[in-house]
Amino acid sequence: MRTGAVYTETIVHMGEPYQILIVSLDEGGRVTGRASGDTRLVIDDKVIETDSENGIPGIPYFRKL
Amino acid sequence: MKRLLRPVAIAGAGKTPFGTFPDRDLRSLAVAAGHKAFADASLEPDAIEAFYLGNFAGPQFTSQNHLAPYISEELGMAGIPSTRFEAACASSGAAFYQAFLNVASGIYDTVMVLGVEKMTSQPTARVTEILAGAGDSTTEVRAGSTFPSLFAMIARRHMHDFGTTREHLAAVAVKNHANGALNPDAQMRKVITLEQALNARPIAEPLHLYDCSLISDGAAAVILSARKTANAPTILGAGQASDFVALDRKPEITTFPALRAAAQAAYAMAGLAPSQIEFAELHDCFTIAEIVAMEDLGFVERGRGGFLSFEGGTARDGRIPINSSGGLKSKGHPVGATGVGQICDLVQQLRGQAGARQLKRHSIGLAQNLGGSGATCVVTILGLN
Repeated sequence: MRTGAVYTETIVHMGEPYQILIVSLDEGGRVTGRASGDTRLVIDDKVIETDSENGIPGIPYFRKL
Repeated sequence: MKRLLRPVAIAGAGKTPFGTFPDRDLRSLAVAAGHKAFADASLEPDAIEAFYLGNFAGPQFTSQNHLAPYISEELGMAGIPSTRFEAACASSGAAFYQAFLNVASGIYDTVMVLGVEKMTSQPTARVTEILAGAGDSTTEVRAGSTFPSLFAMIARRHMHDFGTTREHLAAVAVKNHANGALNPDAQMRKVITLEQALNARPIAEPLHLYDCSLISDGAAAVILSARKTANAPTILGAGQASDFVALDRKPEITTFPALRAAAQAAYAMAGLAPSQIEFAELHDCFTIAEIVAMEDLGFVERGRGGFLSFEGGTARDGRIPINSSGGLKSKGHPVGATGVGQICDLVQQLRGQAGARQLKRHSIGLAQNLGGSGATCVVTILGLN
């Protein structure tokens, strides 16, 4: 699973709030993804990609490392 | 673009008020703005040699396509080349830039540029979905990014890197609402306090309701001419540039390279430095966008835009008055009309016709029109000379 650090994030208040992240990957480059679970992630948090059973197909989900 | 072959003047300008107009369709808004521009220029439709339309999403908002001839025929200009330009919220800025180049190069002597958008016939959720089409649909939009969320992520990083605060963002909204309250054509003529801005409901943190521009209907038109007449503002310089569409592909997100490049081109063409610009209309789709723009334009050191706003440096009596029209925040943001609308606002100030909003120094003004999260930017400098 890919690891990295949160470059920026926001919590979107449109219906049920959800958190979007841009993650700087340790392997290089950045991706846009979602925070997994209820943990609030902030800039510079170290994160790891995780499986999300009910997630959006093709979108990476991350949790705190 | 290195040098103009000949000067280009704004022979006429006109726009509709921006707002919610349930009884007006897209074409009637466009035609109203076009007729105002004809009257202002004292020209008839047969004087126009080409028509440039800026429109972002007319087909999605209204189900009407083939918009440029659809509008030009109704304005009495059937037969002339009529073309629609789409560059997200910079659509009419891009149309204006191409029209300017074609007149400056000698291809045409007199052209019309018109921007229009009819947004309010759709529910807010659908408008948000259509606007998101200006982002990367395969990555960021698929992940649930809306435009408020993209600019929220820019704001969050700007706060992290430079110490910008929510109070700084709110100060932009308070200032633009104060200006818009004096603008009879503004959509939201409402003065707000810092506390109201700070306590409004969150949209995408750290952006709250008053950090976001409006959903609007409206149109704006200008006539560009190679023939300079008395009191007609001249285009001193202009530039356009592009950048990555997706936010996650940009090396940095607290600066817009396309904005910097477009500004550099416009300043070079005009032979002017940022300190010589007397007032500006900036693309404040979100409060953070105005802060980044004033930094990228060189009005203030990078990272200090929020501080300058909070200290009053961008108010009508400040060092560099920004968005004396009320900006997209208060005046309204019919996205395809916004770029030409900004030009109309500059013209009004340059001619000394801005009423209660009239600035003391108003001989050189700059407009900056942004598309998406910075993938297109057009900068235009106008002056009376």
